[in-house]
Amino acid sequence: MSTSSAYAHYTTGDPVVDTRAPEGPIAERWDKRRFEARLVNPANRRKHTVIVVGTGLAGGSAGATLAEQGYHVVQFCYQDSPRRAHSIAAQGGINAAKNYRNDGDSVHRLFYDTVKGGDFRARESNVHRLAQISVEIIDQCVAQGVPFAREYGGLLDTRSFGGVQVSRTFYARGQTGQQLLLGAYQALSRQIAAGNVEMHPRTEMLDLIVVDGRARGIVARDLITGKIDTYFADAVVLASGGYGNVFYLSTNAMNSNATAVWRAHRRGALFANPCFTQIHPTCIPRTGDHQSKLTLMSESLRNDGRIWVPKAKGDQRPPHEIPEDERDYYLERIYPSFGNLVPRDIASRAAKNVCDEGRGVGPGGQGVYLDFADAIERMGRAAVEAKYGNLFDMYQRITDEDPYRVPMRIYPAVHYTMGGLWVDYDLQTTVPGLFAIGEANFSDHGANRLGASALMQGLADGYFVLPATINDYLARHPRQGEVGPEHPVVQEVLAETEDRMHLLLAVDGDRTPDSFHRELGELMWEFCGMARTESGLRKALERIPQIREEFWRRIKVPGTGEEFNQSLEKANRIVDYLELAELMCLDALHRAESCGGHFREESQTPDGEAERKDDTFSYAAAWEFTGTGTAPVLHKEDLVFEYVHPTQRSYA
Amino acid sequence: MKLTLRVWRQRAADTEGAMSTYEVDDISPDMSFLEMLDTLNEDLILRGEDPVAFDHDCREGICGACSLVINGDAHGPERTTTCQLHMRSFADGDTIDVEPWRASAFPVIKDLVVDRSAFDRIIQAGGYITAPTGSAPEAHATAVPKPDADFAFEHAECIGCGACVAACPNGAAMLFTSAKVNHLNVLPQGAPERETRVLDMVARMDEEGFGGCTLAGECATACPKGIPLVSITNMNKEWLRATRKAGKR
Amino acid sequence: MARTVWDSSVGKKTVMAVSGLIMLAYLVVHMLGNLKIFFGSAEFNGYAHWLRTLGEPFLHHEWALWIVRVVLVAAVVAHATAAYQLSRRDIRARPTKYVHTRRRASYATRTMRWGGVILGLFIVWHILDLTTGTVHPNGFQSGHPYQNVIDTFSTWYGNVIYLVAMLALGLHIRHGFWSAAQTLGAGSRTRDRALKAIANVLALVLTLGFVSVPVAVMTGVVS
Repeated sequence: MSTSSAYAHYTTGDPVVDTRAPEGPIAERWDKRRFEARLVNPANRRKHTVIVVGTGLAGGSAGATLAEQGYHVVQFCYQDSPRRAHSIAAQGGINAAKNYRNDGDSVHRLFYDTVKGGDFRARESNVHRLAQISVEIIDQCVAQGVPFAREYGGLLDTRSFGGVQVSRTFYARGQTGQQLLLGAYQALSRQIAAGNVEMHPRTEMLDLIVVDGRARGIVARDLITGKIDTYFADAVVLASGGYGNVFYLSTNAMNSNATAVWRAHRRGALFANPCFTQIHPTCIPRTGDHQSKLTLMSESLRNDGRIWVPKAKGDQRPPHEIPEDERDYYLERIYPSFGNLVPRDIASRAAKNVCDEGRGVGPGGQGVYLDFADAIERMGRAAVEAKYGNLFDMYQRITDEDPYRVPMRIYPAVHYTMGGLWVDYDLQTTVPGLFAIGEANFSDHGANRLGASALMQGLADGYFVLPATINDYLARHPRQGEVGPEHPVVQEVLAETEDRMHLLLAVDGDRTPDSFHRELGELMWEFCGMARTESGLRKALERIPQIREEFWRRIKVPGTGEEFNQSLEKANRIVDYLELAELMCLDALHRAESCGGHFREESQTPDGEAERKDDTFSYAAAWEFTGTGTAPVLHKEDLVFEYVHPTQRSYA
Repeated sequence: MKLTLRVWRQRAADTEGAMSTYEVDDISPDMSFLEMLDTLNEDLILRGEDPVAFDHDCREGICGACSLVINGDAHGPERTTTCQLHMRSFADGDTIDVEPWRASAFPVIKDLVVDRSAFDRIIQAGGYITAPTGSAPEAHATAVPKPDADFAFEHAECIGCGACVAACPNGAAMLFTSAKVNHLNVLPQGAPERETRVLDMVARMDEEGFGGCTLAGECATACPKGIPLVSITNMNKEWLRATRKAGKR
Repeated sequence: MARTVWDSSVGKKTVMAVSGLIMLAYLVVHMLGNLKIFFGSAEFNGYAHWLRTLGEPFLHHEWALWIVRVVLVAAVVAHATAAYQLSRRDIRARPTKYVHTRRRASYATRTMRWGGVILGLFIVWHILDLTTGTVHPNGFQSGHPYQNVIDTFSTWYGNVIYLVAMLALGLHIRHGFWSAAQTLGAGSRTRDRALKAIANVLALVLTLGFVSVPVAVMTGVVS
C-alpha cells in the first residue's frame, strides 16, 4: 500500500555528531570532560539566569543545584506545586552500583546491563557516566533525608529488580519516586526561600525563544490568569518529561505533555528516536470508554503470579470454572526457561498476541489473567499478603475484585518514552544554550529502559551532569546582548503563541478536545503501539493529517484565554501531539528493524522474536523539523560500541 | 447509574460562587469520581457551557493534586484520594455535593480549584535538610535504626493534598506540618536543624492563616495516606523542646 | 521565650494545657474537700476554717488561700484568653462554611468552646454565691459554709446551674485532659488508651464527686 502522505518522504541530511564526549578510556571520560569544561567565576554566576522547565526529578534537582552554585534560576511547572511532578508516581526503585551486597556489582556491570538492556541503541559514553554517578546519587539522597528502606542493622536495603542478577535497587517501599522527588523538591524549596530560585507554578511553557541561534528564553502562560508572558535567560533547560500521553491512555499523569519539547523541536532542536516507547506489561486493564488513564502495578508481581488465558477463543466462563487443561500459560509454554519473567517488551507483546487471537479476558477481551492461586497454595496467603499486599489492595480498590480469590486481569500500557530531544554528552540539544534532561532527552536508555533506571537518570542529569556541563556553555558565552520583550524575534514568537490560542478558541466547532485526543491515542495504540507494521504505520501517517485537519475545523474550546481554562490547556497540548504522533510513526516506519520497545513485525526471527539489524540501524535517528506536515530531515548519529559488543537477545 | 450533582461553581477568585445542579446519566460503577466529572464536562463543553474546573494529575493517588469535598468529606466516603474513589461507592439516584477545600489559607481560584501554595511556603520555611549537591558523605557512613527509618517513611508519605486542612473544623495545617517535621527530625541527617525547623515551620503555618489544633482528629480520619493524629503530638513535643533550647541560648 | 510561646498557636495551646492542668489539680482537691460535707457541719466548717489557717505560722492568715486564688485566677485568665484568641483564629481560618456539613468528632470535642464559656460563667456565679455571698439566696453567713451550701441547693435554680455546669465540666475534662497531654507532647501510640482512660476516669470521678453534694441536699441525706 502506498501512502499519499508527503510526510513519509523524508530526506537524510548530514550526520549528527556528539563532539563533547572526550576520547580515551571510557571510565576517565567524565573526569576529563569536567576538567576541560570552563568554569564561571562564582561571583559572576548570579548575573546568569537559567530557565528550568519542569520540577520532576531532573528539573527539581537541577534547579536546586544550579541555585546552590549561585546561578539565578527561574523555574516553571504546570502543576500547582513543584512537588506534584509525575516522577512522584514511580514505584519500584533506583539503581546504583554501590555493591553493598558484595554480589559482584560494579559501575562497569551497571553500564553493561544498561547498554544491553537498551538493545544497543544508546551512546556508550553517556551510559557509563550514568553508572558512575549512580553511586553519588544515593549518598546525596540519604543526606537529604530520603527514607530509603533499611535493614535491622540500620544500613540500606536493596533488592533485585527487572530481571538483573544483582541487588542494586534502592527503594522506599513502593513509593521510591515520591520520596526522591520530595527530596529534590525540598532542596528546591530551600533555594526558593533563599531567593535563588524564582518559582512559577501553574505556568506552562508554550514556546522557545531563539535569538541569533541561541536559546534565550521561553513563552509561558500563567494558567490562572491566562496571561501569556515572555521570560529571558542565558540558557534554557527542559526537564518536562516524556510524551507517552500521545497515546491518550498511558500511565503518565493526565497533564504530562510534550509541548515544551515539541516547541523546542520546532525551533530547531533535533528529536531523536521518537518511536522508542516502553510498554509496561502489568497494568490494570481499561474498563470502558470512560477510562482516562491506566494504572501500573509493579512488575514484581510476575515473580510469583502465573499468566494465562483460556485455550479456546471467546471463552466467557469465569476463571475458576476453566479447568487446568483448558488454560494456556502462554509465557511458560513459549519461553520455558524464563517463563513469566521474560523482559517487559516480550511479555507485553505476547499478551497482545493472545488477545488479538480472541482469547483475551475481561471487558472487551483486552486482558490476561495474572493468577496467584498457586502462589497462595505454595506460600500461604499470609506470605503473599506480606509481599504484595499493597498492590493487591490497589487492584481491589480500582477493580472491586479480590485478587486473593479471583485472578487479576492485566494488560500492557504505555509507560515511558526512551526517545526525546537529541543531546550531546553535555546534555545540550542542537540549539546552543538549550539543554534537555531526564525523560525529555533521548540519551541513556537506547531502545528500552531497564526497571529502576529512570529515577537514576533523572537525578544524575539534574544533580550532577547538567550543573557541571552548563558552566562550560555559560563561560564560553558570557553576557550575550540583552534580549527583551521588544526584540522583534520575541514579538514574533509571542504573537504566534497568542494567535494559536485565539485560533483554538475561535473555531467553536462541535468536538471536545478529549474526543480528538482519544481518537489519536487509539490510532497510535493500534498502529504505533506494541507491534508495528509498515502498512499500519503508513495508514497512521495518512490518517494523522486528516485528524489534524478535522481538529482545526471542529474543535470546541469554551471560555476565553484570559482565565483559568483547562479545556484550552488540553486543546493546545493536542495540537502538539498531532504533530509529534506523525514523527513517531515516521520514525517507526523508517526503522525497519525490531529493537527494544520497537517491534516491527517484518523483522523477526523464525521463532517470532525481535530481530535487530545492526548493519543498517546502529544509529540514533535525530529528526529535523521542516514544517507542519512536511517531511522532516533525518540526521543519523552512528553508534560505536567499543566496550559492550552487540549480541542478539534470546529468552527462549 | 443516574446521579444528581450539586457542584460549587465560582468563575474566579474575586467573584461570588454558588452550588449548581447537574444531572449525569450512564455513569458506570467502574468509573472513578473524576472520570464521572470528565463525563459531565464533555457534556458541558458540547452544550457550550463552562466545564467544571478541578485539580487532578496522576490519578493514581500519589501526586496530591485532586482535592474535592464530597458530601462533606474531604476526598469522599472512602479513605483514599478523590481520584481513587470509584462510583460504586454511590448508589443510583444519589445526590452528591461537591465542594472545594475550604480554608482562608486555600483561596478558591476557580470552581473546585484552590491555591495551596501556603503548603509550599511552610516547606520553604524549614521542611528540608541543608545538604547541597556534592556535599554528601558516603550513604553508609551513618546507620539509621530501622524503627527510625520506618517512622520517617510513614510521615514522609504525606502527599500534600490538603485534606487535613479541609477536614479540620478549624482549617488547621497541623497534620501536614507535623508530617514533615517528624520525617526530618527523627533522622540523624536532620538533627542539626531540628530546632529551627520546627519553630520556623510552625511560625510560617501560623502566618499563613491556618487555624489552631483542637485535636478533633478529623485530619487523621481524612488523610488518604494514614498519617496518624499522634504525629501532631510529636510535633508539639519537638516544638516545646526547641522552644526550651532556644530560651537557653 | 514567653513571647515566642504566646505568639504561636502551638504555644498558646501549651498555655491552655498547663493552665488547664493547674485547674484540674485544684478541682481534684476541691472535690475531695467538698465530700467532707457528708461528715456533718462541724467537720465541713472546720475544714473551711483550716484552709484559712493553712501554712501558719510561716504564712500570715489566709495567705495560702490567696496564693491559690491568685494562681487560679491567672490560670483562668490565661486559659480563657488563649482560648478566645485561638477560637478567633480558627473561625477566621474558615470564612466560608461547607454547604454539606457532616460531624464526626465526639460530642466532648465539639463542645469545648461552649462548655468553656458555660464553665467561665459558672465560676463567676459560684464565687458570687458561695465566696462573696453577693447572689446567695438566703442571707450569706461568712464562716458557715455548710449552711450556705444547703441554702444554695435548696433552690431549684441553684441545682440546675450547678448540675449543668458539672456536666459541662465532665465533658470539658474528658477531651481537655487528653488534649493537654497531646499538646504537651506526652501522648504516644502506646500510651493513647491509657491517657483516654485516665481522662474518662477523671471526668467521671470529678463530675460524680461534685454532683453528689446537691443530690445529697436534694434527697435530704445532707441537711
